[in-house]
Amino acid sequence: MADEVAVLGVGMHPWGKWGRNFVEYGVAAARDALADAGLEWSDVQFVAGGDTMRNGYPGYVAAATFAQALGWNGAQVASAYGACATGAQAVATARAQILAGLCDVALVVGADAAPKGFFAPTGGDRPDDPDWLRFHLLGATNPIYFGLYARRRMEAFGATELDFAKVKVKNSQHGYTNPNARYKKTFTIDDVFASPMVSDPLRLLQICATSDGGAAIVLSSMEYARKRTTDPVRVAAVSTVTPQFPQTIIEMPNFSTDSAVSEPIPDTPFKDSIAQVAYEQAGLGPEDLSLAEVYDLSSALELDWYENIGLCNPGDAEKLLNDGDTTIGGRIPVNPSGGLGCFGEAVPAQAIAQVCEVTWHLRGDAGDRQVEGANVGLTINQGLFGHGSSVILKK
Amino acid sequence: MSDDAKTRTPAIEGWFRMDEADPALLGTRCTRCKTYYFPKESSFCRNPRCSGSEFEEVPLSRRGKLWSFTNNCYAPPLPYVAPDPFEPYAIAAVELAEEQMVVLGQVVKGVGVEDLKAGMEMELVLGTLYEDDDKEYVVWNWRPVA
Repeated sequence: MADEVAVLGVGMHPWGKWGRNFVEYGVAAARDALADAGLEWSDVQFVAGGDTMRNGYPGYVAAATFAQALGWNGAQVASAYGACATGAQAVATARAQILAGLCDVALVVGADAAPKGFFAPTGGDRPDDPDWLRFHLLGATNPIYFGLYARRRMEAFGATELDFAKVKVKNSQHGYTNPNARYKKTFTIDDVFASPMVSDPLRLLQICATSDGGAAIVLSSMEYARKRTTDPVRVAAVSTVTPQFPQTIIEMPNFSTDSAVSEPIPDTPFKDSIAQVAYEQAGLGPEDLSLAEVYDLSSALELDWYENIGLCNPGDAEKLLNDGDTTIGGRIPVNPSGGLGCFGEAVPAQAIAQVCEVTWHLRGDAGDRQVEGANVGLTINQGLFGHGSSVILKK
Repeated sequence: MSDDAKTRTPAIEGWFRMDEADPALLGTRCTRCKTYYFPKESSFCRNPRCSGSEFEEVPLSRRGKLWSFTNNCYAPPLPYVAPDPFEPYAIAAVELAEEQMVVLGQVVKGVGVEDLKAGMEMELVLGTLYEDDDKEYVVWNWRPVA
């Protein structure tokens, strides 16, 4: 089991399309997290920033950008990028600094200001970049990959478009009163089916939008936390594993999978391994979870995650959904925040926002979406180029 | 065809055999561990248990089984060159048995998701990705075997 660090404070700037600079969202979230922790900015010894790739140089050096905006205080900084796992990589960096005894208090911040519409690759003529090439030669947007996974679920397990729509409806019912959510509206099955098809079988309302937003957390050593509070939420695991060769599931932004002719296919597929490593670190298993925040880049992907994190066997996710097990009030609520379906994705902030949400539930502070008696929560996500992350928090 | 038929040229050099009658994706194979790569790997083998650094160019199997499929109902952003008006097209993920890998490709024009089913046999053909005043830029496509 891994040693633990404490979550002393969490904060978010609401998700939306605000049209302002990403730094503002990050600083607002950081100030909220510091206030929540009862700490001053001057108490922070280390800043871990989640980078954004869409806001120029300040986005590539996010930790320093946020530190400067908060007012230089001499803290050490590190900026991380890991696609959708960016925020968790920043959490991992801060946690490692604390566990190594190099600092007592660390601030983790991620924020983004996202363009409208499809994410596109970096500009220019760059035929050596697979992310550029997949757009140029295939027109393979992110929803194309989500569509391939969704259709595979239908073909392999008999999932239906109705099942996928029900995920969207559930998450909208979870998140419509969440003050930090972008889409504060409940959707019906009819609404989903009336929205235009984007990448068959996925419709517009089932695909994650791109959002502005910011999230921050204050982490500290357990020793430091015990001087301030009796029962802090603890980080029990942070997994940021990469795939094992051969990776036989097609992944963004690739044209092909690895070839499996020379080596056996790993026993544990990549997305399963992200959770498995987190469970091993925490000394916990899926049966211990009170809730999970999973990356519903599409409504269909949420169902894949149920299986990847061990809530059920492959092919049984639709039953779990339809039995109400993953609805608030059910056996294991998934995405009580409303998920990406209610937020849209603010890439470097999203994995941090997942940690904020779980923390609120473990503290009993989640308001009318509270999962009663929550003791343990898991977050998980996956991004392009072999990135993924999972964080386990417990009381 | 009129006399001013456009020149057909690959949209990317070296990724496939530009032979309308017998096209094939061109990959590489590590001479040490025999792992296939598409697009080509030509520097260091990515099998973590192989130290190989020599590769031979190999044409990949022209036929495979459909693993999954979807489509683009909206025009992708640049650098995709989309016709105006945009015409939706399907994308297929096809499993190659010999190479034990899945390769993506656009599906030939005129075949939509309603015509596809996982497990179908698919074959590689050449199709036009986009064109300008002088040239048609060609890419590989997947097509259901009749």
